[in-house]
Amino acid sequence: MTPAVRPRQPPRPWLLGSIAVLIYGFLNAPIAVLVIMSFNDSAILSLPFRGVTLDWYWTTFGDTAIQASLLNSLKVAAAATLGATTLGLLAAFAVYRYSFFGKTSFRIALNLPILLPGIVTGVAMLAYFSQLGLGLSLGTVMVGHVIFGLPVAFGPILARLSQFPRSLEEAAYDLGARPGQVYRGVIFPYIRSAVIAGALLAFTLSFDEVVVTLFLTGRENTLPMEIWSRLRTDITPEIAAVATLVLAASTLLVLMSQWIAHTDEVV
Amino acid sequence: MNTETMSVARMRRRPGLQLGLYGTLLPPLVWMTLLYFVPIALLLIYSFWRLESFEIVQTFSLDNFKTIASNAAYRRVLVRTVAIALGVTVIDAAIALPLGYFITRHGGRYRQLLTLLVILPLWSSYLVRVFAWKIILGYNGVINTVLLSLGILTTPSQAFLYNSFAVTLTFVHVWLPFMILPVITAFEQLPTSLLEASADLNARPWTTFRRIILPLVMPGVLAGSINVFALTMGDFITPSLVGGASDIMLGNVIASQFGVSYNWPLGAAFALVVMAIVFSGLAIVLRRGALETL
Repeated sequence: MTPAVRPRQPPRPWLLGSIAVLIYGFLNAPIAVLVIMSFNDSAILSLPFRGVTLDWYWTTFGDTAIQASLLNSLKVAAAATLGATTLGLLAAFAVYRYSFFGKTSFRIALNLPILLPGIVTGVAMLAYFSQLGLGLSLGTVMVGHVIFGLPVAFGPILARLSQFPRSLEEAAYDLGARPGQVYRGVIFPYIRSAVIAGALLAFTLSFDEVVVTLFLTGRENTLPMEIWSRLRTDITPEIAAVATLVLAASTLLVLMSQWIAHTDEVV
Repeated sequence: MNTETMSVARMRRRPGLQLGLYGTLLPPLVWMTLLYFVPIALLLIYSFWRLESFEIVQTFSLDNFKTIASNAAYRRVLVRTVAIALGVTVIDAAIALPLGYFITRHGGRYRQLLTLLVILPLWSSYLVRVFAWKIILGYNGVINTVLLSLGILTTPSQAFLYNSFAVTLTFVHVWLPFMILPVITAFEQLPTSLLEASADLNARPWTTFRRIILPLVMPGVLAGSINVFALTMGDFITPSLVGGASDIMLGNVIASQFGVSYNWPLGAAFALVVMAIVFSGLAIVLRRGALETL
């Protein structure tokens, strides 16, 4: 006997599952194409596939322009991450701990560099530096990267801080701890993984940034600038090899940070 | 908490209160003011200046905005940029919703891995991801090679690259993770009990989606939408790599005014137009209550 009204079954997952497979294919197929092309034994970055070679990787390892730009990128990203994370941490603390005039506006204003397109930041700072008579260099690029890195670090740190149980801090003060001790011993361990996540995101964005960098860089190229200039002139599979190496390095970096976050939760 | 401990805590903290506020608030505030807010204000001022025989004339005028409004080519670029940005946003939202639902409902213990696979494309170079579409869509590209070998085409087609289709497709791809991530967060906060209640009350899946799921994940979709919309509004890399000559966008115009065309005041006015459009989008999103996800 069948009941008159049967509760409906949730929709069968196979249809959704195949849609999901298609979407993952769409997301990752271009990356797969790049990785495959980096092994292509052909002088141009295009099909047909003429056989497997590692030559483009050897070319990359011997390419001084790529090496110099990679070094510049690492310098810029490291400095920008340090600046952005420090300032983001301070800003998150101010918003979490104190009430002050214009707090909501302050929060929104800090997010402007990632809400507005990068080109606005780029041309505004270019006009400003030129008005001040400052020459463009890797230094101006770093400053630009701190600007959009700040909200990137600020977001996750503030989100974690707002979950911090205030009673822990009060207990520490009641036990006679000084503010510095409370911060190091109680608050920072709680927000550590959010700080790492924010810093990592700021580093990744800085390392790959094109638009702001394009307007603020002087003679020295970062890696994306070097790639940009080559994409418009001589396009060899070496670019695909560089992108594959970057992908491998960042995957490793992210897996490492996941591991740190994981051990954080266990402890 | 009893009043005694509270007063002790307050006593301990009071001397440091002002110092703590200024110590934490001032460095980011001063940094952002001197290096971001003042430059943005300067950009605003620039847009009211004008260029006369390669010299910037620092007097107030609305010439740049008149140029933008009266020039038919500029108006077309403006309309095309907004249309592509809206189209890309809608397509990305339509892709992100089923995927977000799938990952949170059926992901099980692979949920983290599935989320990681969404972010994976972001770890290779953005420029190279855009360029990958050139390899896929081009004359000797992946699609042409496949269609030729299947016998569907007899000669390679040039219909796939250097047009607004290629621009839209590439944008949809490169910004998709920025839509999917907030949508996943929104789905994670969706209580399963509501979906079960809806099913128990005999609602069809489509009704459950429209009446229960969509309103509850809307903040995530809106947060993702403003990301995707703003990123598309200011981009000039994608149109210059995979677009044709008639596919240039506002970003290309700004870049060229600050570069080869060397008319910074006009470029600043265009940047201001982009800001105004993104701000109106932001205002709509904020009114719909997506501030929490900001």
